[in-house]
Amino acid sequence: MLARLRAAVLLAWPSLALVGLVAIPFLLLVRISLAPPDPNGLWSAGISLAAYRGLMDRSFAAALLYSLGLAILVAAVGVCVGFPLTFFITRMRRGWQVLWLVFLLATLTLSDVLIAFSWQVMLSKRIGFANLLVTLGLMEQAASLTPSFGAVLGNLIYLVLPFTVLTLYPTLSQLAPELLEAAKTLGASPLVAFRTVIVPLTKRAAAVSFLISAVLTLGAYVAPVVLGRPRNWTMAVLIGNAALAGHNVPRASAMSVCLLIAALLLTGGTSWLARRRGSR
Amino acid sequence: MIARAARLLFLAFLAAFLAAPLVIVTGVSFNHEARMNFPPVHPSVLWYGTFFADSGWRSAFGRSLTIAALASFVSVSIAFPIAYATWAHGSRVARWLESVARLAFLLPLIVLAIIYLVFWSWLGHVGRIENTILSHAVVFVSLPLTTIALGFRSVDPALIEAARTMGARDDDVLRRVLNPMLLPYVVAGMIFVFILSLNEYIIAYMVAGFEVETLPIKVFNSLRMGFQPSMCVGAVLFMAVGILCFSLVAAIGDLPKLLGGSTR
Amino acid sequence: MVVDHVSLTVPLGQFVCLLGPSGCGKTTLLRMIAGLDSPTTGRILMSGRDMTRTPAHERNFAMVFQALALFPFLNVEENIAFSLRLKGIGWRERRKRAHELLELIKLPDIGSRKIEQLSGGQRQRVAIARALAQEPALFLLDEPLSALDAQLREHMQIELRQLQQKLGITTVLVTHDQREAMTLADSVVVIAQGSVQQIGSPTEIYRRPSNRFVAGFIGRNNLLEVEVLDRRHVRLGSVVLAVAPIPAGVVSGEVVTLAIRPEELRVLPQGSQGGGTLPGHVSFVREIGERVELRIDCQGRELVGSVSPSDGAVACTGPVSVQFMPGAGTILTC
Repeated sequence: MLARLRAAVLLAWPSLALVGLVAIPFLLLVRISLAPPDPNGLWSAGISLAAYRGLMDRSFAAALLYSLGLAILVAAVGVCVGFPLTFFITRMRRGWQVLWLVFLLATLTLSDVLIAFSWQVMLSKRIGFANLLVTLGLMEQAASLTPSFGAVLGNLIYLVLPFTVLTLYPTLSQLAPELLEAAKTLGASPLVAFRTVIVPLTKRAAAVSFLISAVLTLGAYVAPVVLGRPRNWTMAVLIGNAALAGHNVPRASAMSVCLLIAALLLTGGTSWLARRRGSR
Repeated sequence: MIARAARLLFLAFLAAFLAAPLVIVTGVSFNHEARMNFPPVHPSVLWYGTFFADSGWRSAFGRSLTIAALASFVSVSIAFPIAYATWAHGSRVARWLESVARLAFLLPLIVLAIIYLVFWSWLGHVGRIENTILSHAVVFVSLPLTTIALGFRSVDPALIEAARTMGARDDDVLRRVLNPMLLPYVVAGMIFVFILSLNEYIIAYMVAGFEVETLPIKVFNSLRMGFQPSMCVGAVLFMAVGILCFSLVAAIGDLPKLLGGSTR
Repeated sequence: MVVDHVSLTVPLGQFVCLLGPSGCGKTTLLRMIAGLDSPTTGRILMSGRDMTRTPAHERNFAMVFQALALFPFLNVEENIAFSLRLKGIGWRERRKRAHELLELIKLPDIGSRKIEQLSGGQRQRVAIARALAQEPALFLLDEPLSALDAQLREHMQIELRQLQQKLGITTVLVTHDQREAMTLADSVVVIAQGSVQQIGSPTEIYRRPSNRFVAGFIGRNNLLEVEVLDRRHVRLGSVVLAVAPIPAGVVSGEVVTLAIRPEELRVLPQGSQGGGTLPGHVSFVREIGERVELRIDCQGRELVGSVSPSDGAVACTGPVSVQFMPGAGTILTC
């Protein structure tokens, strides 16, 4: 009895914080998405489906599909590059491992604003990168490589890569080398060993990695705004614009809810796919 | 042989890819003129001086540091009891709270920004620094939760039993046995929140952006107005803080183990 | 240097044990044979063919690891048939082979179980079956029984030996347990600090160790410094002992080592007389069931003696006489 009371006291503050600052605001979002807009303030009282109705047009559907497609593309590239990178890192000597991990963590935590800014500098007309392409003969004349879809894509992959490494790290690090050696002695060449031993053991971690990257990209605001033209803008940018420039918070809330549903479908789809291939 | 060369090439390319923007921005920050030249022309620390002389940039930097520091404290204050309750009592409430925390971390940042814009406006508590601090603390709580839980799991139960046979009660165990062992994990969690809060833009902007200008906000606003070398200085400062903090974590603790890897 | 100038020939169909203390290089040697590590210099030949450059997956040498390394994502049958699947053998044939092997290891019903559901002994046997499935040219085992408890271990040793004899497969097993080596091997290779100390049958190694290390490592042994008098006599303290012929090249007056097993010492009641007898004092009695082990202080040295439990007169602390039987023990010069 006393133990129960102590547990309750212990968790009082965390419960207050998390219920008050996560659960309630989340429910509030859904509520506000059902409120009528108020051009002078943030939203009006009452219930109205105006926000959702306003989304039922082609351009919104196109934007949603574009954002999903971009998220999947970035996540796929991120995992395909991140997997071998993480694998190599986990096989390095400790000193090198720590170096790479600190390096990745440092890039990871850099603000997306600063990274977008760095990319803008890197891809501008004056700086070396464009000149590099001219020297290689891939471009006729030095020009700014931003704003463009390529710039947005590159930046998003850059943002996502450290995440893929960090989510794959535990599983790949704990991969017992004896399992690979056993496969070798049983006649598996390195490529075959990868397919028959490493893939089954790391499927789940790869799926998680993919998902985190995709969700991150779905929510990315700064990169498309800074490095992309309006046609490269994602849902996140449209949501931001609706809230800030358009002063239409119910619309922004409704769009957020749709984005969340899209994220949920993505999560469900990935889990289902991972489980299906596991049954083979 | 070929495999080895390919591997090294791959790693070198990725290292260059990851480092390139950072190297370029650092280089540009050392320019003498207000131009984006790389490599820098007439390298000097002129813009670093300008940055620290400008009260706008200085205060933005200071504000960012303050928010980050306070957010990390608050975040750990939420995470620690949850991790302790899960480990010591197997509390179901604690586990539920953990899922709420993870939910917050998994939502797209833009959605969280809108959620908190709505929330703080609804409370009528607009444009205050507490908004940013609390929002950050809660959104990032998953990180100290993970590191501290890892810390608890790495505690050898034999040590606790030994302490009990010597007469220690629950709070003795907590204070004298657990706290010293958990310190690196707690500090690591705090550092993660500190760094993420320092660099976070969209939530900070939405909940109090106009009144409470953090460094990322100021950089973003400046982007619209054209290039200023002070932005590079800001970026370099943040990079330095990030690398410093994680090197600290690597030095005081076992970084591979902290990130879930095996220690071999 | 982990492995230093090792030369070894394994005859076909034989069971060879690499025996030595931890860190002596025996596992490294085994891994080089398997192809998991490469020798800096030297060659590995299989029936005359040079395999040194052949990668591990092409050698057809199967290995059982100390950690077993069973694939957790496959069940028992799939683990066993793994090598067959890689060869492209159809599932019907694979199933048949897997069941044959399960019969061989006396676990016919566990094919569909998951690895985590198996006991230590069962996993051990599945690891062996998996290695044998590919009908390897060489069967390698790295301390396979070290994780099992004593009784199961002895049982498995016998089973392993019977299996090997039945299949006639050339086997190399690494162990630090000399009793295990003596039980299993046709030929024992004693290794210390990366180099071979002695190669021979278990009996040879036991009866005629070639140096002090082997003498001390295998079984219990008394190692005594004695002075050479002539080809058949040495002096231990004040007593002259008759020994087996001393190797040529040893001059009289030289100090060599006499290695004599506890069971080659006769422990007699106090005051007994006879050739090669010394007075002593039993300081510690250890009853290990079938024998009684005695620690005897004799002329400033501690000897280990072994008597039968029925020898009640001397199997207790107190003064005794120790007799060195003529010709017993081995003279070691290194």
